[in-house]
Amino acid sequence: MSVLVFIDHADGQIKKSSLEALCYGAKIAEQLNIAAEGILLGTVSDNLADLGKYGAKKVHQVSNDSLNQLDSQSYTKIIAEAVHASGAKVIIFSNNISGKAIAPRLSARLKAGLVSGAIALPDTANGFNVKKTVFSGKAFANIALNTDVKIISLNPNSYKVSAGSGGAAEVVALNAVVDAPKIKVAGVTKTSGEVPLTEAEIVVSGGRGLKGPENWGMIEELAKLLHAATACSRPVADAHWRPHNEHVGQTGIAIAPNLYIAIGISGAIQHLAGVNRSKVIVVINKDPEAPFFKAADYGIVGDAFEVVPKLIDAVKKLKGVV
Amino acid sequence: MKILICISKTPDTTAKIAFRDNNTKFVADGVQWIINPYDEWYALVRAIELKEKDPSTILHLVTVGIADADPIIRKALALGGDEAIRINADSQDSFYIAAQIAEIAKQGAYDLIFTGKETIDYNGSSVGGMLAELLDLPYISLATKFELNNLTATVTRQIEGGEETDEVNLPVVVSCQKGVAEQRIPNMKGIMSARTKPLKTVEPAAIEPLTSVVSFELPPAKAGVKLVSPDNPEELIQLLHEEAKVI
Ligand SMILES: Cc1cc2nc3c(=O)[nH]c(=O)nc-3n(C[C@H](O)[C@H](O)[C@H](O)COP(=O)(O)OP(=O)(O)OC[C@H]3O[C@@H](n4cnc5c(N)ncnc54)[C@H](O)[C@@H]3O)c2cc1C
Repeated sequence: MSVLVFIDHADGQIKKSSLEALCYGAKIAEQLNIAAEGILLGTVSDNLADLGKYGAKKVHQVSNDSLNQLDSQSYTKIIAEAVHASGAKVIIFSNNISGKAIAPRLSARLKAGLVSGAIALPDTANGFNVKKTVFSGKAFANIALNTDVKIISLNPNSYKVSAGSGGAAEVVALNAVVDAPKIKVAGVTKTSGEVPLTEAEIVVSGGRGLKGPENWGMIEELAKLLHAATACSRPVADAHWRPHNEHVGQTGIAIAPNLYIAIGISGAIQHLAGVNRSKVIVVINKDPEAPFFKAADYGIVGDAFEVVPKLIDAVKKLKGVV
Repeated sequence: MKILICISKTPDTTAKIAFRDNNTKFVADGVQWIINPYDEWYALVRAIELKEKDPSTILHLVTVGIADADPIIRKALALGGDEAIRINADSQDSFYIAAQIAEIAKQGAYDLIFTGKETIDYNGSSVGGMLAELLDLPYISLATKFELNNLTATVTRQIEGGEETDEVNLPVVVSCQKGVAEQRIPNMKGIMSARTKPLKTVEPAAIEPLTSVVSFELPPAKAGVKLVSPDNPEELIQLLHEEAKVI
């Protein structure tokens, strides 16, 4: 019996969201008094034995380069076999892009209940209940997993990564039949150098109050100084001032960074839905009546064009950048 | 070409979220219901565009819901689509819903199945993937572009920090999000013709749900905003560094 954690990777590196999932899975394993194990499909440059620090006792790896491209169909087959072989009772994914593609398939294949978008450890006092966000972050639901094998996909930025004193994980080569993928990858475009929005700890976001795309220089500068990702409100993406993958909110991407800085955004209910799980919200808006202030922790009532350059200077000073 | 589009009914984005019966049920009174935006704006509209290009294309809409979903389905038919199937069941379990749709899909021999990327009420993002597994089909999630060339689809999907373009032979299941199409408003002709388009109701297959909702909670209210003078933004940076400890 074990808790099996799916270790996701890109460009040869294990994703931070997978370390969150591993720490979360290790804690569940501790609760259930069983071992946490990882499974990695493909190859990475990280040393897998190091995952022991995050609580993995064992890491199963299928070292086949063809698996470095996600194909949810073949991935699911291999993971399902590993679940059978290792007798895993709980399977953990990050609810990131790969998790959203694989976890539902695995759930259907194993007839194992799935909670997607979990934000807390399961409550095992009475059954096995997992809290997740619903109504795009406007509420939470406690979901009971009623099956013997259970699958949880954990929302990114919901569980803290902490390296413990665990020894090296045992790395086990897994022999799996890898089907030829039915999906052929024709090309990848990366918005290089930027922090991916869903993994970012800090997000700097701009709205219609910024007047036009030519004014995003200061948003990007502030984001860069803070190692933050950039985001925007829906009308900004609709007007093509910014790419659509920056659109956050109920009909865009839902995020939960440690810090969300909203500049020139009114705070409409649909916008708030996607960002209100941020731990700290800062709002900069010239209108003191902007609804966003009600959802904010800190705010400045002022003109973004005056305030943001001053903020940039203050961050530079703090970071010792001149 | 035969396309199946999965449609879900969700509360309007401005609906007040509240619960009753010991926080076990959503308060639906006074709530306005809409087609889940991802299903409507992206999945359905893209399917309609494909039919406009190739009029021999057949579009079937499917929903799992009780009779109160009929107005939503009619609205979807007003945008486009040839006929709709409502599976007469009420469930919050993604697997139950996917398994019901899989039954319909197996009978229909569809070349393409579209879903939205998630519903804005349960945010599961699961039905498409489950459906693909149940039908043993490839699945492309979070698509931002979809092109069809005979029996091959070229699909761009979101990945962390970028996009990937995939090629896949039909049949395939695709979950759609922003970029795939643009929102449309139904016109009078569409609304009139939707009234006479077939809306078939079928009884659900015997499927065991895998999960159940125990209770709901509302997030705790924020303590209130701490305002900093616009003349002194350094103070904000200081607070974020020393008090909130986030930078
Ligand atoms: C079904 C549906 C789904 C939606 N989904 C989303 C979604 O996912 N995400 C989303 O963001 N929106 C969504 N919307 C749109 C939403 O309702 C709002 O229209 C949108 O969020 C407003 O964007 P905004 O705040 O950038 O613009 P505005 O509402 O125009 O606000 C601009 C703000 O900037 C301030 N401002 C102006 N000039 C300055 C200045 N110089 N300095 C400082 N502040 C300034 C103004 O005071 C104002 O508060 C959705 C709407 C619907 C109907």
